[in-house]
Amino acid sequence: MTGAFRTPVGGRIDRSKPLSFSFDGRRFVGCHGDTLASALLANGVHLVGRSFKYHRPRGILSAGAEEPNALVTLDRGEGRVTPNLRATQIELYDGLRARSQNCFPSLACDFGAVSNALAPLLSAGFYYKTFMWPRTFWRHVYEPAIRAAAGLGRVPTTPDADRYIHRYAHCDVLVVGAGAAGLAAAVAASTNGERVVLCDEQSEFGGSLHAESAPVDGVAASEWLEQALATLRQRAQVTMLPRTTAFGWFPDQLIGLAERVTDHLADPDHRLPRERLWHVRARRVVIATGAVERPLVFTGNDRPGIMLADAARIYCRRYGVKAGTRVVIATADDSAYAAGVALRAAGASVCAVADLRAEATDLARASGLPMLLGVGVANTTGTRRVSRVTLSNGESISCDLVLMCGGWIPSVHLYSQSRAKLRYDEAIGVFLPGAWTEQVRCAGACNGTLDVNACVQEGDAAGAGADAPARASVRTSIVVPPWTGGGKAFVDFQNDVTTKDLFIAASEGFRSIEHVKRYTTAGMATDQGKTANLNVMATVAALTHRNVPAVGHTTYRMPYTPVTFGALAGAARGGLFEPLRHTPMHDWAWAHGAVFENVGQWQRARWFARPGEDMERAVERECLTVRTEVGVFDASTLGKIEVTGPDAAEFLDRIYTGSFLRLAQGRCRYGLLLTEAGCVMDDGVVARLAPDRFHVTTTTGGAAHVLHHMEDYRQTEFPDLHVWLTSTTEQWAVIAVQGPSARQVIAPLADIDIAPAAMPHMSVRECHVCDVPARLFRVSFTGELGYEINVPSDYGPAVWEAVLAAGQAHGIAPYGTEAMHVLRAEKGYIVVGQETDGTVIPADVGLDWTIARAKRDFVGKRSLMLPDMQRPERKHLVGLLSSEVLEEGAQLVADHGNRSMGHVTSAYWSAALQQPIALALLSSGRARIGQNLTVPMQHGSTAVRVTDSVFYDRQGERLHG
Amino acid sequence: MLLILCPWCGRRPENEFHYAGEAHIARPSDPAAVDDARWAEFLHARSNPKGTHAERWQHLHGCGRLFNCVRDTVSDRISATYKPTEAVSQ
Repeated sequence: MTGAFRTPVGGRIDRSKPLSFSFDGRRFVGCHGDTLASALLANGVHLVGRSFKYHRPRGILSAGAEEPNALVTLDRGEGRVTPNLRATQIELYDGLRARSQNCFPSLACDFGAVSNALAPLLSAGFYYKTFMWPRTFWRHVYEPAIRAAAGLGRVPTTPDADRYIHRYAHCDVLVVGAGAAGLAAAVAASTNGERVVLCDEQSEFGGSLHAESAPVDGVAASEWLEQALATLRQRAQVTMLPRTTAFGWFPDQLIGLAERVTDHLADPDHRLPRERLWHVRARRVVIATGAVERPLVFTGNDRPGIMLADAARIYCRRYGVKAGTRVVIATADDSAYAAGVALRAAGASVCAVADLRAEATDLARASGLPMLLGVGVANTTGTRRVSRVTLSNGESISCDLVLMCGGWIPSVHLYSQSRAKLRYDEAIGVFLPGAWTEQVRCAGACNGTLDVNACVQEGDAAGAGADAPARASVRTSIVVPPWTGGGKAFVDFQNDVTTKDLFIAASEGFRSIEHVKRYTTAGMATDQGKTANLNVMATVAALTHRNVPAVGHTTYRMPYTPVTFGALAGAARGGLFEPLRHTPMHDWAWAHGAVFENVGQWQRARWFARPGEDMERAVERECLTVRTEVGVFDASTLGKIEVTGPDAAEFLDRIYTGSFLRLAQGRCRYGLLLTEAGCVMDDGVVARLAPDRFHVTTTTGGAAHVLHHMEDYRQTEFPDLHVWLTSTTEQWAVIAVQGPSARQVIAPLADIDIAPAAMPHMSVRECHVCDVPARLFRVSFTGELGYEINVPSDYGPAVWEAVLAAGQAHGIAPYGTEAMHVLRAEKGYIVVGQETDGTVIPADVGLDWTIARAKRDFVGKRSLMLPDMQRPERKHLVGLLSSEVLEEGAQLVADHGNRSMGHVTSAYWSAALQQPIALALLSSGRARIGQNLTVPMQHGSTAVRVTDSVFYDRQGERLHG
Repeated sequence: MLLILCPWCGRRPENEFHYAGEAHIARPSDPAAVDDARWAEFLHARSNPKGTHAERWQHLHGCGRLFNCVRDTVSDRISATYKPTEAVSQ
């Protein structure tokens, strides 16, 4: 037996395949084809959760994606715990373990339920109004308590153990929803050979056809369904995706689909991803997403055992579950009668149908159910399940199941996300999609069409690309007037929003539906108000004496139902989240004790640890090695751009501050690049290899940006120049050899004369180093005699090791980025992005010497003439001496002052000076050299002395070896 | 994700492109000849319309070229793309 409330026959479940599962530790048996919700109902379990705010007992409201109450946590083991899943959509598998949420210590006995008694304090906007006094209590008493009590489910604490992938697809027609309309559309679209993708969020295609009792196209619904599926399966151009939710519409008909691949399997193949995220670009889209039943609003409409009428019919006819034995139906629509008939056939007794409508329809009369016309529900009782209903005519009926139906709400979410406009239909009181367009058509219940045969017709026309068929004017429901009774009548079950909350919002002057939503929280959280929004709009309309279209609807946003972060991330996790760039010498550094740091996407060796050394000692040793002997540094991450063409020099003249037209072949010049606003953007070395060929370097982080900047000017401002730009950053390994012995190390390896006369400072030679074709630069970012050997990347490691071997006799050692920073700071060399922040002009950092003033124009030149650039109180680059290493970013103030005069940009322990040094940007800084200032830091203030920004070898003699 | 028609490569998804600001803001040919106000306007003044906007895009992960594009900033609809040397053609 798979549950005491299971019907002996009928439905699409397989009674011969029992599945055991647990809910809150209790063991139950369901059967193959069940959802968790249907299996619980089959076992007589209605109480499945506690509500968000008042912790009221809640049951299963629906049978689909709209479920606001039955949210559970599914536990599949370490790294596989998923909160907030809708029990109505969880396919049962053997061994399933689910937990209820939002209750402590247990579902039946929940301490939080006390908040139900505190309800007067928790009304709309309570967090703005109550718990405000005493003020300090909010942070330490109220907020932690509210946070602990609130929320839906718990965030998993371990990394997701599953795998997710993305797929991209293009099709002629995407059909969303495989009910009667969607299937008809897919068949029609694929008839003429169009590529069709058909998706449906449920495990089986068919939608409402599974519970349909009327004939479709003259045959039984099940037979029509089988035929349609057989036809589609035969067509190779049709892709069928069950368990796939079209969750979002993105511009130009890109639809996001989330396919659940393994969640329904007890023991999934580990090679399969858990979910696939489809990016489908569709020429046309047919939306056949159906409709959601509208709950009725009455006092106590939230008790377990109160359910949407059609949900009960689906549980009965599709899952063989009798949701109750004594049934009261409250309705404003004919469709609830079908639910009554189905339950009666399953052996339940339908005690009464309270029909809000004044007159009986033929269909209602034909059902033979006991009708009470013009009657609604006034109140309900029952603690953990409804036990009694009081009707508006005073009658009181004992029952264990109340079904409600306030008509149907078309699921226009996806349509509205496409930015198409909805129209309000006064007759049935709902928002409907607008007219069909070439790209988007809505068919079936989401288009307001309820009759199954009319749905098929509409789907057929939508799929074929034909005109919309004339709409059958079948009106079976009335527009339910808003609830005006007392007590707690819920409009939004998931957020515990009652009519009273809406009344408060309206009486406090909230009129915009978007404001009402945010003030009351109606329509928020995981269900996004699928069952609530229309009742909210109608109630607000009545309270503010407007009609519903004047109130309008809130924006429909993706996702339609929650999408896992895993699916959105796909493969972009861990090492694949962002590519890490490694230099050719990375493996060598790794093997030789390098500690790495990330610089942009690059991993760079920060320092090289020797036994017994911490970072401080290693950096000091590396600095001194460079100053006294020779160090070798991996500078491969520097950006490199090859600038070629007859106008290359003219182009560089217009881009950089300096002059390059007369730069001799074989010579280098420091290049400073400004934005058009005159601010420092990047710097590097510009080397002339030939009259029409330059090798330009950029900062590590600025490489791509500089290339784009140059490309932009080349293409749009200087299209007359014949010049080409090529990124060569990764083509060259760069080995910087710096220190007094640098020349002795390199000379034996190079096939050219590198003596000072033959190769002065700031020169470049194309030659061979270790028999490898090389571009040898004589440049320095340390202040010492220095060379940078550029060799093709693949030769990098070999040349690196050859340099180290050749340097053995000279005490060579590798140094990392930290020592590089100390060495350049000792020389007052700036690092773009550290000493500059996008507002700094060349003169601020003492680089106005780079500007070739005779040039007519270069990017940024005109801006340097603006009055703001001449202000004497601009911040200048200065040096600071202090007794402790300052904090980078710390502010500079005058003695006892509290106004910032600037900030520390770089701060290090200088190995050469044996004392802390810092660079800073200081207002009128050059005029303050020699002054004492104060730097407030976390543990107290410290005194600093303002100095020139060059701390070491002010004459620059060491560069020349 | 928008589909953008690169005038050289054809229709490609938005993530191959890089937005590059308002179009048709010509850099003065002789910056020294314009006054500060005019230069500041060139640097900073942008139309920022609600509606039709002529803007520049670069097919960064494609041909690398910059081109012009007319996009409605409300609906995100692109009504035309054209080469820098061309006039708008719908």
